[in-house]
Amino acid sequence: MSSQTLYRKLVDSHTVSIIDAEHVLLYADLHIMNEYTSPQAFAGLREKGLRVRRPHQQMGIVDHVIPTRPVPVRARTIKVVDAAKQATNFTRNCAEHGIHLFDVNDAMQGIEHVVAPEIGLIRPGMVVLCGDSHTTTYGALGALGFGIGTSEVEHVLATQTLVYRVAKDMRIVVDGALQPGTTSKDVVLHIIAQIGAQGARGYAVEYVGEAIAALSAEARMTLCNMTVEAGARAALIAPDRTTLDYVCSKVRDLDAQTLDAARTAWSQLRSDADAHFDVEHRFDASRVAPYVTWGTSPDQAIPVDGRIPDANATDGSGLDVATMRKALDYIGLPGGSPIEGTSIDRVFIGSCTNARIEDLRAVAAVVRGRKVASTVRAMVVPGSGMVRDQAEREGIAQLLIDAGFEWRQPGCSMCLAMNDDVLAPGERCASTTNRNFEGRQGRDSKTHLMSPAMAAAAAIAGCIVDIRKELTHG
Amino acid sequence: MAKPFMIAGIAAPLPVNNLDTDQIMPKQFLLGIDKSGLARGLLHDLRLDANGHVREQFVLNRLEYQGAKILIGGANFGCGSSREHAVWGLQQGGFEAVIAPSYGEIFYFNSSNNRLLLVTLPPEEVEALVAELESGSDKQVSIDVENEVVLTPSGQRYRFSLPARQKQMLVEGLDMIGLTLRQGDAIDAFETRHWAAQPWSRIDLPAQQNHN
Repeated sequence: MSSQTLYRKLVDSHTVSIIDAEHVLLYADLHIMNEYTSPQAFAGLREKGLRVRRPHQQMGIVDHVIPTRPVPVRARTIKVVDAAKQATNFTRNCAEHGIHLFDVNDAMQGIEHVVAPEIGLIRPGMVVLCGDSHTTTYGALGALGFGIGTSEVEHVLATQTLVYRVAKDMRIVVDGALQPGTTSKDVVLHIIAQIGAQGARGYAVEYVGEAIAALSAEARMTLCNMTVEAGARAALIAPDRTTLDYVCSKVRDLDAQTLDAARTAWSQLRSDADAHFDVEHRFDASRVAPYVTWGTSPDQAIPVDGRIPDANATDGSGLDVATMRKALDYIGLPGGSPIEGTSIDRVFIGSCTNARIEDLRAVAAVVRGRKVASTVRAMVVPGSGMVRDQAEREGIAQLLIDAGFEWRQPGCSMCLAMNDDVLAPGERCASTTNRNFEGRQGRDSKTHLMSPAMAAAAAIAGCIVDIRKELTHG
Repeated sequence: MAKPFMIAGIAAPLPVNNLDTDQIMPKQFLLGIDKSGLARGLLHDLRLDANGHVREQFVLNRLEYQGAKILIGGANFGCGSSREHAVWGLQQGGFEAVIAPSYGEIFYFNSSNNRLLLVTLPPEEVEALVAELESGSDKQVSIDVENEVVLTPSGQRYRFSLPARQKQMLVEGLDMIGLTLRQGDAIDAFETRHWAAQPWSRIDLPAQQNHN
């Protein structure tokens, strides 16, 4: 038997049939849906007179359009008419097909990619699909997860499978130790900046190395979540002790004997020693600085002590330079100048990338005893009801409120601004999210992606600062 | 064998790398429960300024590109969000094909599933095509799908290759769900094997008794 990558093992173990040289019919253990990429899929089923094949392997959750105003839990209402209609329609679709829904006022509602792992539905070796590109998050737990379109959502609902083109294999080795003030967010921004927004397009990326082994399960989710911003089809980290401890602490429905057998099987899920990867990249975590994006694509990122590229001083093809010029023009910062010290108007701490409890603890550690700058409006949107509750129990919520942060209800919120959390034109935001695209957080708004600690420090300073300088001051 | 299939019409150059689906179809147009009404959202912020006024210089607003059927894009066209609304919007805006050096993965499959033709050409050929369109008065490009060739206004021919499956989906249309459902027995058999081998992967998430 030839040696295999972990990715190929997961594909093989979920292959119902081989369609052609490139495509397989891939089985989905779990399918997650939100209110905005599923309506047309349910409508398609209805038109064809089809039912959902495996209703109990679906999870529905309202996260993208939900408002996050800090009203009491269970008292949330969606005031935007179309958004409310979308949520109502989703409730009806889930009810009609017998699908479990975390609805607007469910205590466990939150962002799909935060909730699914925290309630133990994501397990090593599974295939998990969702109509959302950040489904790559689940690779952090050794599960093959990736985003699909609405036509594919319909296909999964009807068949529990997907016609899937098998990706190529990429290995990214990250050795060395992260330095104080840096996180897996900085690692992934560094990697994307190096390999580019399409550097992993067509590949399933497996992360290995000392720095990866040292990351917590949640930090790994941040890494795998954002790997899609390098164009990757999937991201994977082979399960280790960290993974198993996390998963076993979350899984609710397996008896001790099954869980024991599962642990044994999960711990064997890894690439064979001599497995072939089509491409390999190597990075040194000890050389990763806190990263900040300067432009309108996640690969337009630099170390916080670096300078914004100067389009006039750049070699490269016409289109590359034109793209850089367009980004600089949009973001409104002069090429060649430092990014540190750039004034900001808003801070957003949230999203499926960075709204888990460890992220909020990192924010609290920076904020403790200090105040948000008077020129800044800062929001914290926890990733889920469970994260919110835990942060309140730990005193994090009160600490942030006392410092001048808005402590809000869970949802996707200003990551993509589909609800009413939107930046005003021209506003500049330090954001823990995953995309700095033009208009993403609001028309003509300017997004700078960074880690939670960096965003917290920016909230206090009123401008982009180097978190490492705060650490040396103790 | 594929039947003759030709897309011919005005081609509009939009040479921007990493043109993400947020730009192709901004968030405020994603609140529907059907596929309708997306033409007005297509490339909205590029077409209209913040006051809703037409940006005269934007390619799709220029007289010579009215009625364009083909969009010429940069590398990694359609990257980012999985929103299929981007594909629906392009089609509702009259586009039948995109020509670019590469495409975001999810966008690529979404396009296949909706029979929007994506032609992949090397970056230098895309740049040459853009230069030709921008400098000449003839904006007509044809894409011969059967023979896998793009014909430019000056008669330049660029060869491309379309994966067999994508070609079949485009030309014939495939009832993907219908075809997969014919494998119902194979899916049943797979599930039995799979759950016996790894029972811990079997998710059982029952619906709540009462939806609010």
